Amino acid sequence: MEKNVVLIALFAALIAVLGLIPKITLGFGVPITAQSLGVMLCGTVLGARRGTLAVLLFLVLVAIGLPLLSGGRGGLGVFVSPSAGFLVGWPFAAFVTGLIVEKWRNAPLTLVAGLASVIGGIVVMYAFGIAGLAYALDKTMLEATALVTAFIPGDALKAAIAGMLTAALAKARPASVLSRAA
Amino acid sequence: MISLTSPVKTRAHGWPAAAKLAALCLATLGLFFIQNLWAHLAILVSVLALYAAPGWQFLRGGLAKLWMLWPFVLIVALFHLIDGSVIPGLVILLRLVSAVALANLVTMTTRLSDMISVVHWLAAPLRRFGIASRPLEIAIALVIRMTPVLLAKGRALGDAWRARSPRRANWRIILPFTLLALDDADQISDALRARGGLLSTEDT
Repeated sequence: MEKNVVLIALFAALIAVLGLIPKITLGFGVPITAQSLGVMLCGTVLGARRGTLAVLLFLVLVAIGLPLLSGGRGGLGVFVSPSAGFLVGWPFAAFVTGLIVEKWRNAPLTLVAGLASVIGGIVVMYAFGIAGLAYALDKTMLEATALVTAFIPGDALKAAIAGMLTAALAKARPASVLSRAA
Repeated sequence: MISLTSPVKTRAHGWPAAAKLAALCLATLGLFFIQNLWAHLAILVSVLALYAAPGWQFLRGGLAKLWMLWPFVLIVALFHLIDGSVIPGLVILLRLVSAVALANLVTMTTRLSDMISVVHWLAAPLRRFGIASRPLEIAIALVIRMTPVLLAKGRALGDAWRARSPRRANWRIILPFTLLALDDADQISDALRARGGLLSTEDT
């Protein structure tokens, strides 16, 4: 119980700190940071349920006014901004990522965690993000997709990193990689 | 950690947080039903007047937070100028800016402690079903405390890297960083258990 709650809290803090690592903004105001790597790691390390809780906890703290999003953003405004769809997609991304790592056990963890991060952290997250963008800017899904394709290579790289990190963590601290525990 | 609440004290700081949040929900919902350009223009002007009311410093802080919207404004403006549909484009832009401005206004005039009380109140139904809300509250406090701690450890790792390598720290630094976080989690959960665990105090 204690360990679960603390791990969830520390991964929420981890997402925040990864957002403070120097970032590059590639047009369109959606900054490229390691923050989405944090969301992927929540899924691959903590598993579906706890990973989702960690992301939700992080979002609660952003909503109540802490500047935890990359670039020191936060507060209620970010949840009505055009990129809010991505934030809404985060818990679902962590859940899908975690679920895949939990269920798919007969392949190397690097590969499983990497592919799970691609499906959860890219496919699922962008589905929400693009839908939100299309709704807020009143554009078609195709037009909204065109606006965000520039970010996909960066996220693919992050998914690969998430895969390698998860495998390394499972070797170094097997008891803490809850997605593969028991 | 410093929250986004404005240091400029306004009358709205004293209003109940739950009421402000409910009003914000209704206002945002309302924004999406209005299609009239002049109505949207009037709304944005009144929202900006609200920002200006507490003084210059508050207005400047608020406008700085709205600045993050400029890429979206640019995209929508270009799209609708090329498309020729200027009026619908303006409606989308005004609605967008007003919605974010209103939400930021609530964040700027509500203290973190008041927001946490609202979270506590929202978690009340959980307590009725026998689910303790105390782990949630401890988790919130832990994140607020541990984010600067982890940040300091991350910076120390970065310094250690720079002291040993001519190149900049790359993604490999995230592995030792995550390990530090996992080990902290072990120690904090042991410490919590040693003090009687999460559900030890009155409100279980």
